[in-house]
Amino acid sequence: MAEAHPVGFQWVMEAKRRGAHIIHVDPRFTRTSALADTFVPLRAGSDIAFLGGLINHVLTGGHYFHEYVAAYTNAPMIVGEEFLDTEDLDGLFSGFAEGHYDATTWHYEGSRVNASAGERDHWDELFGPGGPESPSGWEPPAGGPERAGSGGPVYRGTPELDPTLRHPRCVFQILKRHFARYTPEFVERACGVDRHRFRQVAEALVANSGRERTSAFAYAVGWTHHTVGAQYIRAASILQLLLGNIGRPGGGILALRGHASIQGSTDIPTLFDLLPGYIPMPQAHPHLDLDSFVAADSAAKGYWANMRSYLVSLLKAWWGEHAVADNDFCFDRLPRLTGDHGNFHTVMDQIDGKVRGYFVVGENPAVGTANSRQQRMGLASLDWLVVRDLNLIETATFWKDGPEVVDGETGPERIGTEVFFLPAAAHTEKDGTFTNTQRMLQWHHKAVEPVGDQRSDLWFYYHLGVRIRAKLAARQHHRGPRQRRRDRAVLELTWNYPTEGEIAEPSAAAVLREINGVDEAGNALSAYTQLRSDGSTRCGCWIYCGVYAGEVNRAARRRPGQEQSWVAPEWGWAWPANRRLLYNRASADPRGNPWSTHKAYVWWDPERRRWTGHDVPDFDAATPPDHEPGPDAVGPEALRGDEPFVMQSDGRAWLYAPTGMVDGPLPTHYEPQESPLSNPLHRVQRNPARQLYPRPENPYQPSGAEPGSEVFPYVFTTFRLTEHHTAGGMSRWLPHLSELAPAMFVEVSPEVAEQRGLVHGQWATVVTARAAIEARVLVTPRMRPLRLGGTVLHQIGLPWHWGPNGLSTGDAANELIGVALDPNVHIMETKAGTCDILAGRRPRGRQLHRLLADYRRRAGITDLTGTTRVEDTARSEGSGEDEGGEHDER
Amino acid sequence: MSDDALNRLSGPLADPSREAGYPAQHPPRVGFFTDTSVCIGCKACEVACKEWNLLPEDGLELTGMSYDNTGGLGASTWRHVAFVEQRIDPASRARVDLGMPGMGGSTVPEAEESGELRWLMSSDVCKHCTHAACLDVCPTGALFRSEHGTVVVQDEVCNGCGYCVPACPYGVIDVRPSDGGAFKCTLCQDRLGEGLAPACATACPTESIQYGPLEELRQRAQHRLEQLHEQGISEARLYGHEPDDGVGGDGAFFLLLDEPEVYGLPPDPVVTTRDLPTMALCAAGAAVAAAAAVVGCFWGGGR
Repeated sequence: MAEAHPVGFQWVMEAKRRGAHIIHVDPRFTRTSALADTFVPLRAGSDIAFLGGLINHVLTGGHYFHEYVAAYTNAPMIVGEEFLDTEDLDGLFSGFAEGHYDATTWHYEGSRVNASAGERDHWDELFGPGGPESPSGWEPPAGGPERAGSGGPVYRGTPELDPTLRHPRCVFQILKRHFARYTPEFVERACGVDRHRFRQVAEALVANSGRERTSAFAYAVGWTHHTVGAQYIRAASILQLLLGNIGRPGGGILALRGHASIQGSTDIPTLFDLLPGYIPMPQAHPHLDLDSFVAADSAAKGYWANMRSYLVSLLKAWWGEHAVADNDFCFDRLPRLTGDHGNFHTVMDQIDGKVRGYFVVGENPAVGTANSRQQRMGLASLDWLVVRDLNLIETATFWKDGPEVVDGETGPERIGTEVFFLPAAAHTEKDGTFTNTQRMLQWHHKAVEPVGDQRSDLWFYYHLGVRIRAKLAARQHHRGPRQRRRDRAVLELTWNYPTEGEIAEPSAAAVLREINGVDEAGNALSAYTQLRSDGSTRCGCWIYCGVYAGEVNRAARRRPGQEQSWVAPEWGWAWPANRRLLYNRASADPRGNPWSTHKAYVWWDPERRRWTGHDVPDFDAATPPDHEPGPDAVGPEALRGDEPFVMQSDGRAWLYAPTGMVDGPLPTHYEPQESPLSNPLHRVQRNPARQLYPRPENPYQPSGAEPGSEVFPYVFTTFRLTEHHTAGGMSRWLPHLSELAPAMFVEVSPEVAEQRGLVHGQWATVVTARAAIEARVLVTPRMRPLRLGGTVLHQIGLPWHWGPNGLSTGDAANELIGVALDPNVHIMETKAGTCDILAGRRPRGRQLHRLLADYRRRAGITDLTGTTRVEDTARSEGSGEDEGGEHDER
Repeated sequence: MSDDALNRLSGPLADPSREAGYPAQHPPRVGFFTDTSVCIGCKACEVACKEWNLLPEDGLELTGMSYDNTGGLGASTWRHVAFVEQRIDPASRARVDLGMPGMGGSTVPEAEESGELRWLMSSDVCKHCTHAACLDVCPTGALFRSEHGTVVVQDEVCNGCGYCVPACPYGVIDVRPSDGGAFKCTLCQDRLGEGLAPACATACPTESIQYGPLEELRQRAQHRLEQLHEQGISEARLYGHEPDDGVGGDGAFFLLLDEPEVYGLPPDPVVTTRDLPTMALCAAGAAVAAAAAVVGCFWGGGR
């Protein structure tokens, strides 16, 4: 966190100054470790084993916050008899077939129907069990993650409960059994964390959680960039819920985002499967009209039941007076999903000739995305490419100086892509908001005018829209009736933003006001609870409703901390409703009293009959703690007065996910796609539901006990430096940053240096099945071999900021990484892989290809390597001899 | 008379600005307290300094010295963050510097054997000495004592003679080869006049670099030191805060977690002009003696 979020880390230092104990868990000793009270080195890719160990410690030692767990989580819910755990099936949950899970058996006993399962049946009818056509045919059908949206899947029914948490099939008992084997000894074997240090962490965490104290977790992409990334976060959620650290001050799980306003870019998404405010993108076939789209949610409990209001208000914001009840508020104009349209899928479609044009904005995939060669192959297969950036990044120049061109594999004369480079304005050259990880919008003011042709993104998209609309309007008499009907989606968009200055910059404040929303009279709305489904309100993003309440840009508020309460509600504005802490009803006990005076945050005031406190209560302010909804109640009214998790369809936080995750209701340890070790827990080596793309340009390496895995004996993990920004587009061109970290390097331990003859300051070559890159060697004791049972594991660290352009240059670490994805969110595994490392610079041209071919041959790599989903028992017993002892131990 | 002359060059001096001729009601002496125990090595100070003072990039070399690619203070680098990797021997608690990591060591280190790691980070800067030798030796008056008690060099007056460079006991000031001028930290003289804090202190996210009146900073530092000692961090110490040290106390002083040498700081700096009066007296004596000898020679020759 000190490395990649130094500004946010000031608050960790502030907490430390006030006596907080800082624990840093990381494969590498970083600038964060240097400032932490406890540093825990662990094997890259083993965090679920580590977190699972902590969960087991909390459960077996009775350290959980019993009252919180029983009242606010789904611990007492009883799961149906058909459910089978990974502990029953040696690494699989029930319902696994043909590469994906059918979640039907994961449900609570007594629940009626499950939305995503029902829809999946429909999907299979349309496409068959293989799903729609995909670049490899391996992708699980899109019956999964895109279906639910971020509101979470809808649960309907009245589950059976056991408040004593003793029923053998209640979630609590399932959890206990599931994590029972995650002992300190297992953690030592799986993570390389010695049991003594592990106990220190477990005891510190337990001592700092409960009624009087809270602990917070902060993570970044070290937890998410894995084939089980979403389950890492689930594991942390389980632990924090058991300890009662959610919805309470000083608690939580804090996602440190990749760069400024990444939170904003999911709220108002640049993601293919979401509409603003986490409303799922409609699907091509099941969602023929608005009614069928909102049906699953409208009968549910909690605030997602009002999705129709949010969506209709969004459609009204986009199409204004053209969106009316009679035309379903233009719902049919929304694009429809036919499956995974994520980045990797799209790029493979480019290579296969299915995608002709591409906008790349503020991103540098030619060096910044896993398997960069594959990305460049995609770019080279396009008709046209628009790159908007501050500098001439590699993505804009791949056609003349990319690695394939330098190596003579291809050349400008053979790349047909027409590239348009458009210089972008920096954040200092434009007004707008940043939304940080706390969901807080902060306005930034333009300091200087952009120079030359540099323009803001807002300017670009607004004026592009103006020109497209003008062209379309002028051609209407040449268009047929069907085309004209389609054109209306563009021609009738509300596109009338006021502009300012010589370059006609659209007013960012006007856009923020449109996002906030207005009532029928055109006045700014003040809360999302005002949104209506009858078309009388307009709102560009329901969760941002209120940022312009009272016609005041609340994101621009900067009242100093010392002039207001410690929650500081008048610094910026946080969604939803300027709430600084989500689910804060959980900071009070079921009767509405704070769990402790020390940790009081919001509470029920029996005299005023209202929720009150330091923050805006995340609960209907007038619903008393003893409220019992009527049998037919839906939406927020259906929540009991002691159910704090108001966005969940059962009002409770989920320790166990009966639906919604495509790779299991509980996290369990799987090895990364490429690992030198056999899974010490299960027969199933890797996440069986992971998303794979075995293609010629994306070969996988053998893993664990598979023959050939010894060819890539080292674990590598990628990382960022404070000195550079992501793929370098904002830093490698700046002399004052480039001189601070002037060259690509690789961090190795003295032991690895000795093994491979690497010399400090000289060159080394890192090799995977995909690529070989060169880097300067930094031998440092900060990289430390780990002992896992009888094995010693060596890890190497690779910063990923470099590419051939700019002032500070070097090979891109992303060349090395294969594309194997988490199936829930389609994120690649960049944080744990295997490689070999050699002394000296990498070969060039044909010799480089020969080196790679040799490695692939030695490792026996075929197009099936690494694609096994469920290892058969015979082979794992036969080939896993060295693991035998460990299996026997348990 | 002789007391005054000594006081100008070394020993405790309460008010260097007053001594330099500013009226009694000049602003208080200001400086930096750099608390390295909270430095996260982000180098924001280095960048903020270069941006504000329009300093050029001075080298795109990977040094191999941990994450320090700056190397040291110089004409174009007025803040420098040092990175020191140490292994702490668990038995003796002795610290082993690993400035230049090399090869060797056992292939399978025991966790207990290898001990704990420490990674020290510290942002170095001009010390703005109470007795600044650079200023004393400057023949053009390019270096001057400001009303804030700091030591500032003016490029337009500097003739590039370089006398100041060997005069500095810390090796801070340097001549820029490209234009021949001598440069160093001005404590953002141009910002102080506007009531702003120096760029580096403003950019520091963890308050490792604290700016303020020197007296207040010294108290704050003492308090912080006591706090760390109470927490059992006995190796914490202040550096450059004593008004009776060899330079009469630094305007920019530090809280360190190890010996100064570990950070590349001289353990016992002395203003290089301290002995100037004695040297002048000696030189004068020697001159008189030499003159007498010469005269004596002629005297003798004439006889």
